[in-house]
Amino acid sequence: MTDRPNPIVQLTLWRVRDFTREPEALFWVFAFPIVLAFALGLAFKNRGAQVVRIGVEAGAGAEVLAQTLDAAPKVEARVYHPADAGNRLRAGRVALVVVPGDPVVFRYDSTRQESVMARLVVDDVLQAASGRREVRAVKDERITEPGARYIDFLIPGLLGMNIMGTGMWGVGFGIVKSRNQKLLKRLLASPMKRRDYLLSHMLARLVFLTLEVASLLIFGYLVFGVPFRGSVAAVAVVVVVGALSFSGLGLLVASRARTVEGVSGLMNLVMVPMWIGSGVFFAYSNFPEPMQPFLRALPLTELNDALRAVIIDGSSLAHVGGLVVALGAWAVVTFGVALRIFRWQ
Amino acid sequence: MAAAAAEPSSELPAQAAISCRGLVKRYGTVVAVDGLDLEVRAGECFGLLGPNGAGKTTTIEILQGLLAPDSGDVRVLGLTWKHHEAELRQRMGSQLQETKLAEKLTVREMLTLFRSFYQRGASPDHVMEVVQLTEKQNAWVSKLSGGQRQRLAVACALVCQPDILFLDEPTTGLDPQSRRQLWDVVLRFREGGGTILLTTHYMEEAERLCDRVAVMDHGRVIALGTPRQLIASLGAEHVVEFALADGAYLDDLVLRALPGVAAVRRDDGKTRLTVARVHETVPALLHLLGARGAALSELTTHHATLEDVFLGLTGRHLRDD
Repeated sequence: MTDRPNPIVQLTLWRVRDFTREPEALFWVFAFPIVLAFALGLAFKNRGAQVVRIGVEAGAGAEVLAQTLDAAPKVEARVYHPADAGNRLRAGRVALVVVPGDPVVFRYDSTRQESVMARLVVDDVLQAASGRREVRAVKDERITEPGARYIDFLIPGLLGMNIMGTGMWGVGFGIVKSRNQKLLKRLLASPMKRRDYLLSHMLARLVFLTLEVASLLIFGYLVFGVPFRGSVAAVAVVVVVGALSFSGLGLLVASRARTVEGVSGLMNLVMVPMWIGSGVFFAYSNFPEPMQPFLRALPLTELNDALRAVIIDGSSLAHVGGLVVALGAWAVVTFGVALRIFRWQ
Repeated sequence: MAAAAAEPSSELPAQAAISCRGLVKRYGTVVAVDGLDLEVRAGECFGLLGPNGAGKTTTIEILQGLLAPDSGDVRVLGLTWKHHEAELRQRMGSQLQETKLAEKLTVREMLTLFRSFYQRGASPDHVMEVVQLTEKQNAWVSKLSGGQRQRLAVACALVCQPDILFLDEPTTGLDPQSRRQLWDVVLRFREGGGTILLTTHYMEEAERLCDRVAVMDHGRVIALGTPRQLIASLGAEHVVEFALADGAYLDDLVLRALPGVAAVRRDDGKTRLTVARVHETVPALLHLLGARGAALSELTTHHATLEDVFLGLTGRHLRDD
């Protein structure tokens, strides 16, 4: 006779050990989001006004035209043979091709944002060089204040994405593997409570959550100066409820799948729309108006909105209460349905 | 069949550790278990012997409450799965076929996990000693050999100090030494008064471990008794096998007339004689062959085994390999 260990603690320890003893999993959870944030942060950091690359088609007056344009700030203009200029335009290596003559022809793709911008810039330079006079004084003021930059938008989005990914993969994979190995069936032959087993998956998520969230936020603060304006308690509540809702979703996705391949497909089916539509890398307001209510109801959208509010805007928990309740509802409903339809053998 | 499920529970003997009546389980059109009756006495080691597909695993999983039978009545320790599942789960130990334990846990962690599910039981230390895995207590399950994993699987079943141990093909795929180590564990459990139900397709295993054996084929019990009784049912305890160089067979009647021959069977170019006294039959057989000028290409004799019982009952071998 010995003292009985606590089954929920033991089941949760199993999950935690499974995870920490798998170096690859550690990389995807902790290192990958930081690498991604670093790469994207560098790509968009401090670039100011971008250099506009212009191709000038060879011909009479081409050299003079190119020099005029090149002399303007943030413009880089070179002369190319017509065929070469066409290729460069198609490949996106120049934003716009200028054909000298009278009138001067601007050749560009009007659906490309940078080409449209290049057209405005080149037109402005040419008109000024040809003697146009400014009739109204203007002054530029560039925003570099922390909290309003792309990286400040990105870090909470990546945090939300990471909470979703680790929640769903962490829970789903372990379950399907155990089912495949007939380990679930063996557990079923014991008096283990089914609820304890599913609960341990959600609890184990919380163990890593602190590390996961802290590492990304500290990285953002140290490297890019991403501010942390909310209260730690508010962020903690949002993060915990978010993690529970995604581990619930992970349970649900894994509740019937028999193979790792099958569950992978289902995971992607659930996650890819949220990567795109939930405002991780760009605001979901870019999508057409009729889609907005659906996008806002996705758990990752709710989590990202709540995270941005409490981290960047410094909102109080009460302010994001509706989002937190909605996330909590996802957690409760997915857990309840998963427990009901779970395939144990 | 369905009618049988309603009443007969009261007829099942109270002292039986396991009893079932009229068990039926179908998978689509395939009948895996076809009206099975069994009774396992408390304290005995009972074997289900049969080829792959005979319905052994389906039967043992129904008895463990992992599968619901289509019809039939099951009692374990006098209790039913429907009304006493929680208590039964506390009192039984189980090793399932093909279960892979958690690869990344150590032996000790695995046992502690299983121990946590039970209200009472043995310490992981004690169980590791019983299955001789104390040295491996800090090794990951993924680093264990096949025999060690199987002993760990049995240890997980023993950690609750069960009244009944269910073992589904516990030694399939193991080398002879690992097999013997596992047999020792099973025999030790029985010596402690535990009841065991095991399935196997190794007759040597059944003969070595089991007090009684039910031979299964096509979802039914086709013979039941102690290994000794079953072998004795052949009418003779030895088997003489021979083949002629020209591949011909001798006439059955002539062979049957030889002294001590109880049965004659032809099998794949060979003739098998079930005989009572090898020392009388073999000289007579050689004399007969000499008189006919027939040459032997093969001649072997062995003690009759459960394999011979199965062959005698079905005309088929237990295993293909």
